[in-house]
Amino acid sequence: MDLSPVVMTDPIDALRGLRDDFPILNETVHGKALVFLDSAASAQKPVQVIDAMAGAMRTQYANIHRGLHWMSERTTEAYEGVRDQVAGLIGAPSREEIIFTRNSTEAINLVAHSFGSLMRPGQAVVISEMEHHANLVPWQMLRDRTGIELRVAPISDDGDLELDALGRLLEDGRVALVAVTHMSNVLGSVTPARRIADMAHDAGARVLFDGSQMVVHRKVDVQAIGADFYAFTGHKLYGPSGIGVLWGRRALLDEMPPFMGGGEMISEVRFEGSRWAAVPHKFEAGTPAIVETIGLGAAISYIEAVGYDAIAAHEAALVSHALERLGDVPGLRVVGRPADRGGVISFVMKDAHPHDIATLLDRSGIAVRAGHHCAEPLMRRLGLSATARASFGLYTTREEVDMLATALEQIRSFFI
Amino acid sequence: MDQEGIYQQQVMDRARAPVHAGLPEGATHEGTGVNPMCGDQVRVGLVLDGQGRVARIGHRTRGCAICVASADLMAELALGCDGGELKAVSAAFDRMVRDGGAAPRDELAVFAPLRRHRSRIRCATLPWSALETALADGRQRATDESKDG
Repeated sequence: MDLSPVVMTDPIDALRGLRDDFPILNETVHGKALVFLDSAASAQKPVQVIDAMAGAMRTQYANIHRGLHWMSERTTEAYEGVRDQVAGLIGAPSREEIIFTRNSTEAINLVAHSFGSLMRPGQAVVISEMEHHANLVPWQMLRDRTGIELRVAPISDDGDLELDALGRLLEDGRVALVAVTHMSNVLGSVTPARRIADMAHDAGARVLFDGSQMVVHRKVDVQAIGADFYAFTGHKLYGPSGIGVLWGRRALLDEMPPFMGGGEMISEVRFEGSRWAAVPHKFEAGTPAIVETIGLGAAISYIEAVGYDAIAAHEAALVSHALERLGDVPGLRVVGRPADRGGVISFVMKDAHPHDIATLLDRSGIAVRAGHHCAEPLMRRLGLSATARASFGLYTTREEVDMLATALEQIRSFFI
Repeated sequence: MDQEGIYQQQVMDRARAPVHAGLPEGATHEGTGVNPMCGDQVRVGLVLDGQGRVARIGHRTRGCAICVASADLMAELALGCDGGELKAVSAAFDRMVRDGGAAPRDELAVFAPLRRHRSRIRCATLPWSALETALADGRQRATDESKDG
């Protein structure tokens, strides 16, 4: 990582030196330099993460929490150290409130199963129209299992959560949980978390934020936003896949039953019955993703060294530039104009299907995503079957955005 | 533009102006193919003659250029064929785009380059899935139902 040799005022150029940390950015695709604009699906990995994971397997690997030998103790220390890092990253008041999961989907499913088991028929969960399937299907399953009600808060045509409508959904006091995204993976919309949390709490509900996109781009403080649960995944945060995080308030986690049974989540087991371990281990059955957790720790160290101020400024400048450039492409329409948006831009183009756009961009070495982005109900709300989506990482440059716009102009002329 | 042959002129022409768009009146068989990964949808309607051959056919496709062109060419080639012939063509078409087999009809060779684009193969085979579903569908369709396309 080399951030300091030249003082630059452009927040996009300020992070240019980081590209050297990402070996994959030197690859070519179809004979052209790779332009990776699909970071919202999964981000590329810096050499610091790659080395940390390889180093763990080369020199300090053993199972954790169960070995009496030095290697196990050392690996346990490394693993548990990441729990401290995560707590610091999101401003959690206690490391015991950090639960490691496989991904944010599992984190949300954990809440749906465990917190959901405390809910009774007649109570309700509120989600929004812009949730992706991971924050929709678990609640449908809970509804079908327990008879709770699932309510959907609408969004505006611009892609903002309709707060007045949300308020009306909370009015009868039967909502137990509001579960919404902190940043949409399709529209880039950043939701007003503090306001949503206050509304939920005033109505006697708890609030869960799906922060998988948000933690990549902005500093998150779970206490400042008033969250009760916060979920995110490691692989979008420049870490490996297979490791995710659920943060929850201690009092809630203590009250909730285990999600899965097995080793490490118990304090005593008899054939007649078992007693559960304290949090967070109550929710971490079985051997966890040891190497991946160490990789997540390296990723957190990396982004903290870069700094969220620099990352957020880079993102804001890139989004502004991209909206301007894409606005110049004939026939292209950016989907959603939320009041506050992150580094995710969905678009459609007259006469060209998103899949054709993605295939032709790929031939230019440009990777974007096309489809419904695991948000089919949102697509229906928008009156679309699919969009193309460009999403940015801290390695994305102004020139890459320009290359996207130029390629889209060519694609446009190819299709008309 | 570098597109490695998957958007040949014939494909683009069919995609821009499909000749067999719309479901035929009085369709005796209908089938739908949906790609859950992208939401693309192909609906195929058929009228079979007394010998079980396709007398009329049309499609209503919401999809990419590959999908629309494939549906349209499929409809053209299906005319006059019976179910067994169409199943054989469909299977050969599937082998062509997946494994590089020979084109079952010369017109379908324009889709052969898809073999190098695994993520797009389903776009071309979706109409054929819809056709197979239609052929398996023996229900008589009410006229007013078939007119909605």
